[in-house]
Amino acid sequence: MIEVRGVTKRYGATTVVDDVSLDVPDGGLVALIGPNGAGKSTLLSIMSRLLPADAGTVLVDGMDVTTTRSDVLARRLAILRQDAHVGSRLTVRDLVTFGRYPHSKGRYTVEDRAHVERALDFLDLQPFADRFLDELSGGQRQRAFVAMVLCQDTDHVLLDEPLNNLDLRHAVGMMRLLRRATDELGKTVVVVLHDINVASCWSDRIVAMKDGRVAHDGPPAEVVRPEVLSDVYDLDVAVHELDGQLIGTYYR
Amino acid sequence: MLVAAAWLLPALAVVSLFVGVADVRPVDLLRLDPDAWGLVAVSRGPRTAALLLAGASTAVVGTIMQMLARNRFAEPSTTGTVEFALLGLLVVTIAAPALPVAAKIVAATAFALAGTALFLAVLRRVPLRSPLVVPLVGIVLGGVVSAVATFIAYRTDLLQALGAWSTGDFSGVLAGRYETLWVAGALAVVAYVAADRFTVAGLGEAFTTNLGLDHRRTMVLGLVLVSVVSAVVVVTVGVVPFLGLVVPNVVSLLRGDDVRRTLPWVATLGAALVLACDLLGRLVRYPYEVPVGVVVGVVGSVLFLWLLLRRDTGAGRVG
Repeated sequence: MIEVRGVTKRYGATTVVDDVSLDVPDGGLVALIGPNGAGKSTLLSIMSRLLPADAGTVLVDGMDVTTTRSDVLARRLAILRQDAHVGSRLTVRDLVTFGRYPHSKGRYTVEDRAHVERALDFLDLQPFADRFLDELSGGQRQRAFVAMVLCQDTDHVLLDEPLNNLDLRHAVGMMRLLRRATDELGKTVVVVLHDINVASCWSDRIVAMKDGRVAHDGPPAEVVRPEVLSDVYDLDVAVHELDGQLIGTYYR
Repeated sequence: MLVAAAWLLPALAVVSLFVGVADVRPVDLLRLDPDAWGLVAVSRGPRTAALLLAGASTAVVGTIMQMLARNRFAEPSTTGTVEFALLGLLVVTIAAPALPVAAKIVAATAFALAGTALFLAVLRRVPLRSPLVVPLVGIVLGGVVSAVATFIAYRTDLLQALGAWSTGDFSGVLAGRYETLWVAGALAVVAYVAADRFTVAGLGEAFTTNLGLDHRRTMVLGLVLVSVVSAVVVVTVGVVPFLGLVVPNVVSLLRGDDVRRTLPWVATLGAALVLACDLLGRLVRYPYEVPVGVVVGVVGSVLFLWLLLRRDTGAGRVG
């Protein structure tokens, strides 16, 4: 369980996250949506101790993220930011293996190796496993980072726009994978998404942010509605039911 | 290439024992000639050990600096570290000329630490629009410090000493006058033990924190390693330029950036390169010597240009 209590973050005069409280119970796939600058990424960074909050607390399984030992948290919660850096020439397998660091501190066991191979299989990365990251396409690289985070094998997984750089097939593959991680492995996944229809089709719960606050929060059926989405994005969004899925249209 | 360097290293080390003005042949050692053994024990042996230690540790801290600054062009002489160490050495030489070498190293280390910390602090505040900004910041910083040092040396008649410290030279290495370099060698081993931390640090602060590692502590550890090794080398044998830049980049090109895997190669290639350059310097105008700093400067800049121009292989891609 992740508990966000009255979290606020300011940069100068601008309040990026404004007194947000949010409970993320164990299990389930939570989509964080909202327009640019709504505070989604900042909130995710605060939840994962990458950024200190100006006010409020975040508890992960009852532990305050600002005071708990970082290596303890690293076995409970994994975060992938969208600005993952690729200047280093690491092979995909090396990168994914670092996901085991919190567990083995560099002395990797047979079990760690098995985790690594499974993560590589999961993300279709075996053909590139021994290539350097700077020799891959953007999509392959993105999958390598997600594989690393999954390899970390934490109960809570926070992903900031993991569909960046992915084509349709790999975007759907990624969501199917996150779905499996929640359904079969019992993980809790919080994911920042830009595509409201992906959020609608794959998540259990949608948290819509606007101007640093949680504007709407509920299952897709409650959030994917014309009046809600139009309010969140300041844009006319129509919602249709197609093949049992709620699809918003806003393209023209 | 790396494997060749690894095979070449012991051969170079042996050759290094027998090259110099005084004639020592392998036969003399086998005949247990006391003069020959004396020469090897007092001069040639220490010189060879000093070359190996300085070469390996300088290349290793080059790698560490590149991981800390997350930039391929960062090494102690492009981050102001070396210039600050020189200034420290100059200041302590003026203030307390009678101090032993160890104390001078401590002073140079203190300056190097402060200088490298200042460099990293400036980096955090400068918008990094291009990877080239990083070494530019370091070179500007180093230039300013160098100017201050030159001015002080000029007013105190120490220009010649400053010039000598700035050019790495192993011709003065004798038993009893190089042993501090073992400290540098030991710190290179420490760097290897902590190798994973530096690989992770090279992937950024968020990445490091996610894996439960303390980013600040890794930075401090790296900073101390880089500063102490630079100071020890500068005080003991002088500046060996380009080594920390060229060697890690060549290894990165061939073997990637997993520090745990690359550091032994970095150390080997660094030692082999310095040893080869020193031998060249001993032979090129025999019986006189060209300081190794000059030879490494020439060889290193050629290698560096080659690295820069091989854009298609990704070596030109920096950052």
